[in-house]
Amino acid sequence: MSKERIKIAPELFDIMPPEYQDLVEKATYGNETRGWKDIGSAKELIEEHSLCAGCPESMAFRYILASLPNPEDTVMVGSTGCTSLVFPHVAVHNIHSLFGNQNAIASGLKRALSVRFPDRHKDVVVLAGDGATVDIGLDMTLQAWFRQEKFTTICFDNELYANTGGQESGLMQKGFVAKMAPVGKTFEKVRLPEIARESGCHYVVNCTVSKPNLVEKVIKNAIHIAREIGPTYLQLYTPCILEIGKNSMEGLQEMRDSEKPSERFAYKEYVSEPAKELLTEMAAKEKERKAEAKRQLASQTV
Amino acid sequence: MATQSVIGQKNNKGQAFTDPRHMMFEAPRTPSFFTGSEVIKEAVRRASCDMMVAYPITPQSEAAALCGELFAEGYIGDYFRGESEFAVMSQCAGAAFGGARVFTTTAGPGTMRAMENFPMWAGARLPIQMIVTCRGINSPLSIQPDTLEISYLMQTGMLVWHAETAQDFYDWILLGYMVSEEPDVHLPLALCCDGFFVTHTKDMVDLTPVDMCLPPYDPYRSPVPCMDMECPPVRMMRDPFVMKSNYISYATHASWQQEVWAAVERSRKHTIGWMNGLIDTENTDADIIVVASGTAVSQSREAIDILADEGISVGLVKVKTLRPWPGEEIKEATKNAKHIIVPEFNVTGWLGREVKATVPNNERVHSGPHVCGGMTMPPEIIASEIKTILGIKVETLSGRGS
Ligand SMILES: Cc1ncc(C[n+]2csc(CCOP(=O)(O)OP(=O)(O)O)c2C)c(N)n1
Ligand code: SF4
Ligand SMILES: [Mg+2]
Repeated sequence: MSKERIKIAPELFDIMPPEYQDLVEKATYGNETRGWKDIGSAKELIEEHSLCAGCPESMAFRYILASLPNPEDTVMVGSTGCTSLVFPHVAVHNIHSLFGNQNAIASGLKRALSVRFPDRHKDVVVLAGDGATVDIGLDMTLQAWFRQEKFTTICFDNELYANTGGQESGLMQKGFVAKMAPVGKTFEKVRLPEIARESGCHYVVNCTVSKPNLVEKVIKNAIHIAREIGPTYLQLYTPCILEIGKNSMEGLQEMRDSEKPSERFAYKEYVSEPAKELLTEMAAKEKERKAEAKRQLASQTV
Repeated sequence: MATQSVIGQKNNKGQAFTDPRHMMFEAPRTPSFFTGSEVIKEAVRRASCDMMVAYPITPQSEAAALCGELFAEGYIGDYFRGESEFAVMSQCAGAAFGGARVFTTTAGPGTMRAMENFPMWAGARLPIQMIVTCRGINSPLSIQPDTLEISYLMQTGMLVWHAETAQDFYDWILLGYMVSEEPDVHLPLALCCDGFFVTHTKDMVDLTPVDMCLPPYDPYRSPVPCMDMECPPVRMMRDPFVMKSNYISYATHASWQQEVWAAVERSRKHTIGWMNGLIDTENTDADIIVVASGTAVSQSREAIDILADEGISVGLVKVKTLRPWPGEEIKEATKNAKHIIVPEFNVTGWLGREVKATVPNNERVHSGPHVCGGMTMPPEIIASEIKTILGIKVETLSGRGS
């Protein structure tokens, strides 16, 4: 969808909802260099949310939405959980259908969009909780990767079922005492990033969302690689401050603590060979774009 | 204002997009001798489907694989095997959310495995067409014909039709899209038939010309936005996911459900137009009337012939659509009947219950015979049921012990 398409007839401008006016005037649609730095300076694709105050999921949402390379042609797929409270506020098309079926929905959606728009890029991005991705939906998560479906899967890993009140999940740490794990979880945190690699993902990252520039980078890489090559997977630590007994201000520190080199969210990345080539190409193009911009600037100042 | 029409244009297989009224009612038909599964393939060949997702389960596996051949030939936009029926029905949903005309087939345990998807399809107003070739869902495992699964589908908000013959199947697959894609309907359709009896037997079917196909689906006629980022998304979701505990939320969900069922009702007028009514009737002046759906109708016709030879006049109501439920039509057709017999291929008698809930003086309704688990329904057992009701002594049927 081009920005042209959302334009409002001047006579009707004042009666349109303010969100829509903002979207037309200040959205970063069609701007290839959009990123987290636009937050606060341009119309954001999410402003309000109904998560707990200070929930790191809300930061993650803002960084991700600011970093989508092609929001005007991106459709997101969610699942039931805390994330599904946010999607109604997001200004890109998004689908909630059931709990755990997100990668199946995305498989059908991406293929339908490819049939209908063969000459255009329509990016599909899944964003779901750890329960949705690893427990109830694991079959569909993996099968989409086996089939090499061309979309990005993002898991908001808060290591438990937050929305239903803090029950054990497959991504919970061993020993953690939670609802339905009354004597502590008896098995290890499922190693989904490694499973993702073995299942055919071309780009896998395990990290926290403490650094917006890092989130921007991995989101852009993941979406471009999914578009051109095949499935990609991001596992982002977004601690549920409510269930681990932290205050609103403590989410960031919790993420920083758990991304230390010896911790479970130390930055880990896997890039397949074809994906490496693509990233190298993209980096060269980006360099060229910046050089060109510099030349332009220089010629103007002369 | 100039309007654009695709009618007359050709698809990449050289088929002309044809006005469905012309294609279905006026164009010449070619009689062909086909199995039910082959008929499904021939209907889909002419249905301009964008996407099909398949999964093996008897007795629909053959039809689903034949549709794969159609994809290989270029008649379907995309086709793949999903990992389970639950996933398949979600994949169908994803494709329909993205604006595709979607087709799938399932049966028995597959229908049950996928069940969580069906109210979601209806609530999300996805006009997916699902062929259900009914089979047993009981344990111990059975692959035999049995229509119990239909009773579950009837509460989902989907349109539910029950085909009797391969000809019904052929026509209804094509007409099904015309009804379910109407903007004031826009609901999924479960097009059911009795497995094996229809899928695995050969029958004469009159096919429409192979160089004609349905006009493509236009997702922008949908009453809810298509999730393809081709219209402005301002804080908007496709479904009313108002997951709050307050009055507005409850009221939203309540009205959304009411609207789904109102849309089921609104499909009546389109269905009547395309299928000449929700029921077919014969000889409704008789004192005794059989009300049936699916292949129980064919068996009842034979029973009616047997009884006619003995001087007993029996009428027939063939129920074509279960959702919408043709309550008024059945009430009218049976108003003079002293006895209403409802034979079924399932153990619970769900159709009998629906009829009992519909007609006045429902002590007239005799729910049965019920055969299940793959048992056949010889016309003689329908005839003997009717005679027993009339107080006529019947010989013990051979083979049933004495
Ligand atoms: C079929 C089904 N089973 C269970 C639920 C209940 N349920 C809703 S959200 C949820 C937990 C979600 O956990 P997760 O995916 O980790 O997301 P979070 O809320 O932690 O962000 C569960 C179990 C449901 N909605 N549907
Ligand atoms: S329950 Fe936990 S994950 Fe959900 S919004 Fe609150 S802090 Fe965030
Ligand atoms: Mg979680």
